[in-house]
Amino acid sequence: MEKHLFLGDEAIAQAAIDAGISGVYAYPGTPSTEITEYIQGSPVAKERGIHCRWSANEKTAMEAALGMCYAGKRALCCMKHVGLNVAADCFMNAAMSGINGGMIILTADDPSMHSSQNEQDNRVYGNFAMIPMLEPSSQQEAYDMVYSGFELSEKLGYPILLRVTTRMAHSRAGVVTSPLKPENQMNCPVNGRQRFILLPALARKRFKSLLVSQEVFTKASENSGYNKYFDAPNKDLGIITTGIAFNYLSENYPDGFEHPVLKISQYPLPRKQVERIVNECKEILVLEEGYPVVEEQLKGFLGKGVTVHGRLDGTLQRDGELTPDAVGKALGKEIQSYYAIPEVVEQRPPALCQGCGHRDMYEALNEVIAEYNGAAKVFGDIGCYTLGALPPFRAIDSCIDMGASITMAKGASDAGVFPAVSVIGDSTFTHSGMTGLLDCVNENTNITIVISDNETTAMTGGQDSAGTGRLESICAGIGVDPAHIRVMVPLKKNYEEMKSIIREEIEYKGVSVLIPRRECIQTLTRKKKASKK
Amino acid sequence: MKTDIILSGVGGQGILSIAAVIGEAALKEGLYMKQAEVHGMSQRGGDVQSNLRLSDEPIASDLIPKGHADMIISLEPMESLRYLPYLKKEGWLVTNSRPFVNIPNYPEIEKVNAELDRLPHKVVLDVEEIAKEAGSIRAANIVMLGAATPFLGIDYDKIEAGIRHIFGRKGEDIVNMNLKALKAGYDLAQSLR
Repeated sequence: MEKHLFLGDEAIAQAAIDAGISGVYAYPGTPSTEITEYIQGSPVAKERGIHCRWSANEKTAMEAALGMCYAGKRALCCMKHVGLNVAADCFMNAAMSGINGGMIILTADDPSMHSSQNEQDNRVYGNFAMIPMLEPSSQQEAYDMVYSGFELSEKLGYPILLRVTTRMAHSRAGVVTSPLKPENQMNCPVNGRQRFILLPALARKRFKSLLVSQEVFTKASENSGYNKYFDAPNKDLGIITTGIAFNYLSENYPDGFEHPVLKISQYPLPRKQVERIVNECKEILVLEEGYPVVEEQLKGFLGKGVTVHGRLDGTLQRDGELTPDAVGKALGKEIQSYYAIPEVVEQRPPALCQGCGHRDMYEALNEVIAEYNGAAKVFGDIGCYTLGALPPFRAIDSCIDMGASITMAKGASDAGVFPAVSVIGDSTFTHSGMTGLLDCVNENTNITIVISDNETTAMTGGQDSAGTGRLESICAGIGVDPAHIRVMVPLKKNYEEMKSIIREEIEYKGVSVLIPRRECIQTLTRKKKASKK
Repeated sequence: MKTDIILSGVGGQGILSIAAVIGEAALKEGLYMKQAEVHGMSQRGGDVQSNLRLSDEPIASDLIPKGHADMIISLEPMESLRYLPYLKKEGWLVTNSRPFVNIPNYPEIEKVNAELDRLPHKVVLDVEEIAKEAGSIRAANIVMLGAATPFLGIDYDKIEAGIRHIFGRKGEDIVNMNLKALKAGYDLAQSLR
């Protein structure tokens, strides 16, 4: 019984180690990155040889995790919310095959988009795949859920989706840990082909099994200690909370709840408890972080039956993360501020670091792009270099999803846009850019691809990048003419050379790959500090 | 006891180290603690903040409600003002006086100072100058922690122990530098109070 100060992410990581995982599989993404990093730094993980290297993307991560579970061992697979879009093919079908060793898939959602392109609520995916879900309300609960979650997964025979949001992932609290469990022995499934070969005839059987299991999952939720009913005298209103919304509700009632409260942290919805609160209370208020997932389930399309308040009727804002103040307002409490933000306070948006190679890449690129009088379109991608959208650069025209810079530039080129330029980072390129490059090569698309190589996954804090040292050979292997794979060093003194290379390759009618390469200033500084010691 | 603190500054200034030291100290004191922070995109030179809550009873929310913060500790003067809606009526603001100018439209510092002057309870000090005198400008964040320590409700020696824990693996020199910075900030804040 040791108490540690853990980020939510660290609590999840320690719990996974203590639960006897044999591997964590992940691609970095805020706010999930610290889970894998913690395991990479853990002495126990090192001693046991727990797999913890970064995967190329979330799909390869999840498939590898499923393979480990196929072999009877326990695996954790972590990603940020949009990463589950990348892994969705495996995710939906892992719900069909089920698992052998326990599997927890962790999604770290980012409502309010602190560091993301959207605020999708991945509980929708959990419902879509029809697998059980857990959503902790505290760091301790996150630890306990993961610690016992692998057993739950093995007992039910399916992967479990564990959902946290930014405020859980990136908030620290004291956590009491449990004893370290042994790893599972390797143990491939008997009759595994009946489950893991999803040929139509077999898949139809598996789907029927999944449907039959729904009742079992619901029973598990009804009997779960994470779902709690708190009775209270005033039954004019019943309040349902999910995940950390429970904390914001509690904050507003320091001396105990006024209305009955159903705290939900395990899904599918516990039917028995939901029926009780609906039967006992006149109206229902649903507090949930993210989309109105539970609210919609209760309300139904026609909105008949019980009156349900929440994000859909404007009681709470439809978008953005919850706060104690937003919940207080929904409960009719007075929120008092004594001081306003003075007008003198200006916005301070994030920016590329001083000395960053992306800056020099954009300086040179912008000058050449300007020569085309607005005809050129630059398709951006996901990473630090997305900040090239902001002043002083204002250098990109789009940023949609991992890898989209290459394929959108391709489509635009197909439509007649010239120059069609893609700007993508090295890690994003190996995550999801390589297949798009193959499309371009196969059609000899007139496109210029800039792989701005800082030899790391910088935005998330400098994790290893899957293609470091091999980008030219990867591009050549995919079929780019080596004469049009041009490496340069993005520095002020090289601007003239860089500009003439960019000009030449834009004018070349075919696929060009430019690789401005200079190590990330952050990882470089850290290495220098470490070598001084 | 219950203390709600907002830590603020600009990405890279070291507010998360302050939070980590206070967290360790609180844990040793047997207090409950919650500390929410933001990682990722906003860290790149943007405004950063952390909500730190200490209590001898369990804490519900990771975030501090508006009008509830006992103090704002800031490594940058304009950033200290950004979180004023969270400050209690009688709350304290402890901030570095030296502006971090990385935006073209940074306001005139006199205007920022005028806003600080209006507040009933504040400590404004040049932590970088004090850190330089104490040995290293890199410990400016720990000078700030020292200046805030009298308000925390945690014993000074527990904060020292927190510093030893957090910086211990970086070597004895770094620990001593930070302990010196802590003391310098602490002494100065005592004299200004």
